[in-house]
Amino acid sequence: MKVQNLREAYGRTLVELGNENPNVVVLEGDLGKSTMSCYFEDAFPKRFFEMGIAEANMTSFAGGLALTGKIPFTNSFAAFAAGRSYDQIRQGICLPNLNVKIVGSSAGLSDYGDGSTHQTVEDIAIMRAIPNLTVLVPADAIETRKMTRAMAAHHGPVYMRVTRTDLPDVSGEDDEFVIGKPYQIRDGKDVVIFAIGAMVAKALDAADLLTAKGLSARVVNVSSLKPVDEAALRELAQGMRGVITAEEHSVIGGLASVITYALRKTGLPVECVGIEDRFGQSAENCEILLKEYGLTSKHIADAALSVAGTSHA
Amino acid sequence: MQHHDQTKVERAAQALRWNIVEMVGPNQKGHLGGSLSIADVVAALYFSKMRHDPQNPTWPDRDRFILSKGHVALVQYAALAECGYFSKREFAKLKTLGSMLQGHPDIKRTPGIEANTGSLGQGLSIACGMAAGLKMDGRKSRVYCVVGDGEIAEGQIWEAAMAASHYKLDNVVAILDRNCLQATGPIVKRFNTNPLVEKWQAFGWHVAETDGNNVAAVLGALDDLDEVVGKPKILIAHTVKGAGLPFAENNAAFHNGSMTTEQFEVARQILCAQAAV
Repeated sequence: MKVQNLREAYGRTLVELGNENPNVVVLEGDLGKSTMSCYFEDAFPKRFFEMGIAEANMTSFAGGLALTGKIPFTNSFAAFAAGRSYDQIRQGICLPNLNVKIVGSSAGLSDYGDGSTHQTVEDIAIMRAIPNLTVLVPADAIETRKMTRAMAAHHGPVYMRVTRTDLPDVSGEDDEFVIGKPYQIRDGKDVVIFAIGAMVAKALDAADLLTAKGLSARVVNVSSLKPVDEAALRELAQGMRGVITAEEHSVIGGLASVITYALRKTGLPVECVGIEDRFGQSAENCEILLKEYGLTSKHIADAALSVAGTSHA
Repeated sequence: MQHHDQTKVERAAQALRWNIVEMVGPNQKGHLGGSLSIADVVAALYFSKMRHDPQNPTWPDRDRFILSKGHVALVQYAALAECGYFSKREFAKLKTLGSMLQGHPDIKRTPGIEANTGSLGQGLSIACGMAAGLKMDGRKSRVYCVVGDGEIAEGQIWEAAMAASHYKLDNVVAILDRNCLQATGPIVKRFNTNPLVEKWQAFGWHVAETDGNNVAAVLGALDDLDEVVGKPKILIAHTVKGAGLPFAENNAAFHNGSMTTEQFEVARQILCAQAAV
């Protein structure tokens, strides 16, 4: 599988959108060389707003731009895009249902060196709980490109969480992306693994590990966390012995909440692989962190064996 | 220079005051003090200064009015209804379930409202974004934004102040309702936001001051600001909290207070008698 950077894909797609629609404008909180909004700045300097290190103002300012018919994309690290600007997103954007796109970059544990201040274990939970807000998490660069386009085409506020890490492609160029749909990327008959972001590729690895143990796993990318087609989630879980969720996020309020809520009447056993209510920390690389927080393919496979009632052997 | 019918605006200001008092009614809590302090400025804007069309609230070339101190929604509702954006019959439904008149301004509910405000400190940023968008489109519209002198304790106000001067948003006119009282008492005592002129100048704004409860002075000051180009402008409007109702003037209890039945009748006599003149 080809490994690509999602931020790079996002930044390049913003330029394409800029070419196609003069109303697309971009705001940046002095992190353009990380969020990759720098490409848009180079291409369209008059439609690019450097807002300084002032995320609250950036977010409300974007609301004002949307009120004049622009399609603003705000950019910062997820910790600040979602965390610092929560109240501005809530009151100024989601309450009036404005057409603002908020991109939380270097999300999850992916900003491994900077540590807990710059890592987000809770951004999805905060954003999902705000009415009117669409919440998306791409699993690879290919999906990031389609998702960025879908965000621009969708009328209303959207939060997209983008990892800093390069990720292997888990989707194909010809695959569709429609907001709200979960996508099965590998079929199986014993258990279903619902995953998001960086954990989708790890879920595919887990499925290989499980094959060796005689367990067949279906893998589903739930890149639309809100809205999400709950009937489709139930259908994907139907007939399975168990369900596993896998996310680089707290088990509170993210994918685990989406899936357990959607499947609440099915009686299916669910195991959740995620961060257990703790902050991140600095580490030498992301893989070390993911292992520390129990977010590896082995952890997913063990959860699958447990939920399917098979011994770990 | 724009022509203004000063008498018309003065009458409108008194009509707004009566609308505010009537909306709240006796023995009910409402943000009377801050609504009354800014009533003359709001009247000056809606009844003379601003280009707007109550029959076409989304006219692209209109001037915008953003009430960053959203808790005084009463004064904006009073003005919008008085202009004809909606019927005064809505006043009786203020803050009741399903009403178009919510506790704070809501663009989804009320014709003529330009931004959702209430969590303080955000309106000026929204005004600046709007102003930037209007400039990109080559429109001549101005964006007026009323902020409170207590509200400017919010750090986001100063983020917006920097952004406005960085982007030379000379189509933004902030109006600071300088009534000297925050919810719990005098600003100098509770949480001092002074000095004002020096702060705004240091942030790159053109600063003007006026008697905010004198319609002629307000209109003159707003006209003067039209001539200033290349930087955002702020009009520090020196006002009296509760202006127009002697029992409420300079009384922090009327930040969000209720009138007795007797006070309500006093208000009716003062405001309706003046409106009839």
